[in-house]
Amino acid sequence: MTTSSPSKVHVTTTINGQQHELLVPPYMSLLDTLRELIGLTGTKEGCLDGNCGACTVNLDGRVVDSCLVLGAEVNGKNVNTVEGMATPAGLHPLQQAFLEEAALQCGICTPGFLVAAKGLLDNEPSPSEGRIRHWLAGNLCRCTGYDKIVRAVQKASK
Amino acid sequence: MVATFEPKTDYKVVGTRPIRHDGYDKVTGRAVYGADMKLPGLIWGVCVRSPHAHARIKSIDTSAAEAMDGVFAVITGADMPEAPSKLVDLGEGSVNFKWASNKLMADKKVIYKGQPVAAIAAVDRYTAEEAARKVVVKYEKLKSVTNVVDALAADAPIILEDLVGDDLGEDVTNTNMAEHIRHEFGDVEGAMAAAAHTIEREYNMEMVHQGYIEPHNATAVWDEEDRIKIWTSTQGAFPARTQIAGILQVDVSRVKVTPLEIGGGFGGKIPVYFEPIAALLSKKSHRPVKMVMERTAVFETTGPTPGGRMVIKLGADANGKLTAATADIWFEAGANPGALIGPAAMCVYAPYEIPNTRIDGWDVVVNKPKTAPYRAPGSPQVAFAMESAIDELCKEVGWDSMKFRSDNASREGTRRGDGVLFGKIGMEEVLEAAQASAHWKAPLGQPPAGKKRGRGIASGYWFNIGLKSSANLAVVSDGTVSLVEGSTDIGGSRAAMAMHVAEVLGIGAHDVRPTVGDTESVGYTDVTGGSRTTYATGYACWIAANNLVDELKKRVAILWDISLEDVGFNDGVFSSKAEAEKTISFKELAGKLGDLGGPATSTGSVDLESAGDGFGMHIVDVDIDPETGKTDIVRYTAVQDVGTAIHPSYVEGQLQGGAAQGIGWALNEEYFMTDDGAMANSSFLDYRMPTSLDLPSIDTVLVEVPNPLHPYGVRGVGETPICPPIPAIANAIANAVGVRLYKTPMNAGSILEALK
Repeated sequence: MTTSSPSKVHVTTTINGQQHELLVPPYMSLLDTLRELIGLTGTKEGCLDGNCGACTVNLDGRVVDSCLVLGAEVNGKNVNTVEGMATPAGLHPLQQAFLEEAALQCGICTPGFLVAAKGLLDNEPSPSEGRIRHWLAGNLCRCTGYDKIVRAVQKASK
Repeated sequence: MVATFEPKTDYKVVGTRPIRHDGYDKVTGRAVYGADMKLPGLIWGVCVRSPHAHARIKSIDTSAAEAMDGVFAVITGADMPEAPSKLVDLGEGSVNFKWASNKLMADKKVIYKGQPVAAIAAVDRYTAEEAARKVVVKYEKLKSVTNVVDALAADAPIILEDLVGDDLGEDVTNTNMAEHIRHEFGDVEGAMAAAAHTIEREYNMEMVHQGYIEPHNATAVWDEEDRIKIWTSTQGAFPARTQIAGILQVDVSRVKVTPLEIGGGFGGKIPVYFEPIAALLSKKSHRPVKMVMERTAVFETTGPTPGGRMVIKLGADANGKLTAATADIWFEAGANPGALIGPAAMCVYAPYEIPNTRIDGWDVVVNKPKTAPYRAPGSPQVAFAMESAIDELCKEVGWDSMKFRSDNASREGTRRGDGVLFGKIGMEEVLEAAQASAHWKAPLGQPPAGKKRGRGIASGYWFNIGLKSSANLAVVSDGTVSLVEGSTDIGGSRAAMAMHVAEVLGIGAHDVRPTVGDTESVGYTDVTGGSRTTYATGYACWIAANNLVDELKKRVAILWDISLEDVGFNDGVFSSKAEAEKTISFKELAGKLGDLGGPATSTGSVDLESAGDGFGMHIVDVDIDPETGKTDIVRYTAVQDVGTAIHPSYVEGQLQGGAAQGIGWALNEEYFMTDDGAMANSSFLDYRMPTSLDLPSIDTVLVEVPNPLHPYGVRGVGETPICPPIPAIANAIANAVGVRLYKTPMNAGSILEALK
């Protein structure tokens, strides 16, 4: 769009199981690619410098801050966001546990916490409280003091 | 005449823990927060910001930015309407349109770093940012001051040349002192001179930020009818409307504010920042304009709550009774007046009965962002000073500090430091509950090798506010009710509102569907702040529900062809007083309204002068590593009188969240200012808020002393819990390592320094 920008990058990527073909400006973050180009606004912007975790997504099995990844980098990769967690059969157990345990207040950090916690439970179904606290330390929540978030993750653990 | 209520205990809905109505959208990513707003033809706005804390603007050249492809509008301070000096109450804090306008966009002079000097609207964010870099601003740098001592020095640079300070009623000019207030009761000097024991200490605190994760944002349309439509994340759509109209100098009815989901506020989203700027950009570009603030600007230009200097002196008799107290409080307002010294004065002595007291407070302008309320604004600061001094006095004399707090506890009839007499309060019940808690009864235990363990306690207080709220109800034919209320929902308040209605109507919490209304769909409602929402908006919902029962009784009278006086209602069932067997449930009746006069609706509104005070006590155990100075919070309990907990999970959440913010304030958080007035740590990396790894589980003890001013006994709960943590931790540190810290943050470096 800008006069000074180079041409766009052709990106083919799978987002929440669905293939997308995109033309992404080379400077555009994955966060903005999801929010502005695809319309997946469940992934939130909090700081744009990788310190709050509100924009957490899962990239090929790794939990990443999407503000620190370029949209152009996800060519050929799998991206999973909060919008991909629930299925027609219902909420993901983490989502259900967050509701039942009142693990959100304002809710802006919730998508990031859910995606991060899913990244933990996908690989470690029964983490200790200490392990959960360590794993989630990249996600800031200013409302809850984390107590109910940790309890919700424990509830969704096996 | 203030209505009072007898406490009940046999609730059906109140006190249960239903899943919040808005929760499904929030765990699936569907909920629309401010930054998620989309409109056809939407373009982006960004601000050009001052790199200096204090400087005169010599010139602004926007021509290169305006010439860029994709740029639709450029504005500067000259485009801001001249707003008159007019003070308007926003519920928690007030706003002067002149200062508010000046703060949003500098015209001739910048008074804090990051202050907007121009704004750009362009086709997308990246283009707008590129254009912003092309704006050339020439400044003449001025000396800046960023603390209260320097700002009040005789040779201090004057930040606001036209400020007329109010020094106990006397006008002062050529000053950074905006206001000096005093409250004095009894014979303070005499009592202090006669005291068996006295202590006098000075405390200093750095400015801190609310730290909400969602940055400020606004989307605006200035339409062809000169109506301004705003979508934003705000703590109060109506007070936002008041500010936007006042700053833009248009009639309030020209502005419609639609509150979107809000990602935290804690007081910091009561002021408006981008809303008037986005509106002016929309007017100039003739397009919808969205703005989302970068995190650095959130730190540098919004929110913070005052740091400052406090001197506390206490006098006690030989029996351990407080007899006199003085407090001198200097708070930094930021670049415009309004440091909330009033609330600080109301809170400083509140947990104690002290016959002779004096408070002096000074509101001091400095070259930092204008402060905003932050969760019990002013109270955590004075709690740090007061509760530290109490602890140190007890230690010096050899008194048990818990017993001392009990012996001197406020009760009904105690006079607060500003003269107000307490009604029914729960300070004594809180102290009893704290002493009965598992944490207090547990032995301190042994710290890991090489560390030292200590326990601290502190009380905290917030007065809570009432003010104006409105709610609308409509019966749905399947026996449910739709509720539109005016309080933006930051922490689950929709559920509490629905529960108020459900309890009256005898239906389930999920039979009420709550919606937060915009400024044209529900009556005026004050901010979600001051711990007022569940109390006041819940009260309005309760009135609306009772009005709905009255309306439905009329329909039952038609149905049974009996007189209105003969219709009874109890627990969701209407009955005939004449024929006991004649009953119809709310749900059945809802399906018959089509034949009984049509849709049934009701409204409720309140304007409540008082709210019922909130007291709490926190207990904390810390482990300190004397080698590194690092403090670990190893056990934490928050005890609070919550009146009646409508939804206990969210009440617990308020106590836990407040404690966590207080812990961050105590140990880490600060505005670290450079000599030329810049915040050196304006990112979440350097402004270090607690993570899940920094905190233990925070236990809560909900003490329920029903508030007679609310039909279900609700007391505000959100703010009190941020008050005790700072002094509780200071007291725990002193207990652990034998040194006392008089300055926040009490970080590892400060502890090491004190241990030297």
